[in-house]
Amino acid sequence: MSSSSQVAESWISSFCGLLGHEYFAEVSEDFIEDDFNLTGLQSQVPMYKEALEMILDVEPEDDEDEEDEEEEDEDDDEVLGDEKPVGAAGSYRRAGDRRHLRMASDLSVIESSAELLYGLIHQRYITSRPGIQQMAEKYELQHFGTCPRVFCNSCKVLPVGCNDTPGQETVKLFCPSCLDVYTPPNSRFQAVDGAFFGTTFGCLFFMTFPELEIGAPRTTSVGGADALLAIQAAENKSRSSSATNSTVVPAAQPSLINGVAPSNLAPGLGPGNVYEPRIYGFRVSERARSGPRMKWLRMRPIDVNELDEARRYWEERGCGGAGLGDEDTNMLDVAGAAADANKLGVAVDRRKKAVGRRRRTNGSGNGGGSPMDTNGIGGAG
Amino acid sequence: MDDFNSETDSDYTSYWRDWFISSRGNEYFCEIDEEYLTDRFNLTGLNTEVQYYQYALDLVTDVFDLDCDDEMREQIEKSARHLYGLVHARYIVTTRGLAKMLEKFKKGDFGKCPRVMCEAQPLLPMGQSDVANTSPVKLYCARCEDLYNPKSSRHASIDGAYFGTSFHNILFQVYPAMLPPKTQKRYEPRIFGFRVHAAAALCRWQAEQREQMKERLRQARIETGFEEEDEEIESEDDIDDDMDAGGDGFEHGAIVQQ
Repeated sequence: MSSSSQVAESWISSFCGLLGHEYFAEVSEDFIEDDFNLTGLQSQVPMYKEALEMILDVEPEDDEDEEDEEEEDEDDDEVLGDEKPVGAAGSYRRAGDRRHLRMASDLSVIESSAELLYGLIHQRYITSRPGIQQMAEKYELQHFGTCPRVFCNSCKVLPVGCNDTPGQETVKLFCPSCLDVYTPPNSRFQAVDGAFFGTTFGCLFFMTFPELEIGAPRTTSVGGADALLAIQAAENKSRSSSATNSTVVPAAQPSLINGVAPSNLAPGLGPGNVYEPRIYGFRVSERARSGPRMKWLRMRPIDVNELDEARRYWEERGCGGAGLGDEDTNMLDVAGAAADANKLGVAVDRRKKAVGRRRRTNGSGNGGGSPMDTNGIGGAG
Repeated sequence: MDDFNSETDSDYTSYWRDWFISSRGNEYFCEIDEEYLTDRFNLTGLNTEVQYYQYALDLVTDVFDLDCDDEMREQIEKSARHLYGLVHARYIVTTRGLAKMLEKFKKGDFGKCPRVMCEAQPLLPMGQSDVANTSPVKLYCARCEDLYNPKSSRHASIDGAYFGTSFHNILFQVYPAMLPPKTQKRYEPRIFGFRVHAAAALCRWQAEQREQMKERLRQARIETGFEEEDEEIESEDDIDDDMDAGGDGFEHGAIVQQ
């Protein structure tokens, strides 16, 4: 660890500066010092108190008296630069000092505990307002890299975990353009726990910043080859969309579908972005043993209204869409609720009505897949 | 013979092709047989695509003995690499070429699929176009049937036409046993354990498409090839008869052979 040589660095910034820790945001000390934010972590982390002190660069009180005389002269010049707020336990010291105080074996246990604790705090921090803001800056600077998928056009990705329990899985990268997760290209991230980012962060991020353009075209200068490909892709797109018998976009596209702008809903998927296997220019049949079977994974309806399950449900039922306008269906999902906050008053009691109706009908059959039926993913078939 | 070296050959071996495939960044290439290279039929049309075609060919086949300046040599060297790539695209769809590339595929020489749900499925190199200088090489995952960019920038500069659009599909037609089982597992974006509506709705829509496809295949009595399949069609041998791509015999689909 390099912290002993660089005197002016806090534990947090030295931790985030380590190789492989590039994805981490620096959790503010205010956040850590608020006990509320640490609720429940005590039982998950061994040597919790010591670990917390290490993260905050706090000197434990009890050790201080015994070792005081050795430290005296070093302290004088070092403490001056130290302007951090006083935490739970006493005065602040440098990481280097702390090293003298503890046994080496003890220290390594605490060090690993501190890393675990920091990771778990980090998981919470990046879903908080300042944390998500900090991650947004890192995202904009492309600190997390880009999607390896060709049709995602180097879309920027976010670090996520597939599990909230530490020790289960390493960190993955979530691409908002294809709604899939990828292993980081560099093996040094194989040592980073996915739980330190958590399952919630990826999606919450894009809900927090709905105005972010996910599928933004590459701004860097692209070569002529890429331009040619883009033209071909456009041709393919027009060809495949005409092949699926819908000339352009059929119906008027809503400004918001299920709480997301259609342009931001998986822009890397859909016609033109699905790989079509070919041999000597001829498409490989679906019926071939080696034929395409996974196109569904990268599909997206041309008409996003097909994803408005509530409307489809009522239309199929013949109950008429009149009672259930756009604002109603949007009210039923989280982001929609946020976006349509101004319509809140009008919609709330209508929503209640809708929910009531739905409850009654849910029992009779799930065929249409109501949006309230979040467990009904298997019900499609 | 020893005087035809160029600036690149500090550890020059006696065969240009050996040097070429063992040099850094060329890990995706396999070695083309001497006989294949010397059969002019296999090189039909390439003389218009490659500058200094004859010299380049001589260099690739180790019979180059022209005395020329460094600049010229560099040009020829470049042409030789281009020629090798173009012949490579033709070679890897022959029986011998396919076998060589299959070995490399099994060893994972082309990398592993970055998609988490594909569980490190080995990839195959491919091009999005058969015309040279159109787009760099991409990697094809047979499990998710999608294309990925190579991790390393030194691979990202290889021309995709050196592998072609057909190779990877032909490989799985010839060696259907190499086809990985498809998985329906997928990532579900969640917030505090709850599925996110927009993404979940899209997932449900995609699942519907998938079930429709499975239904079509079932009606045609064709295996869907999915991992956790609800047992509707058991493995009946007559299924194979309906298939375009033929049965289990490795040599069955010998597609391009010269």
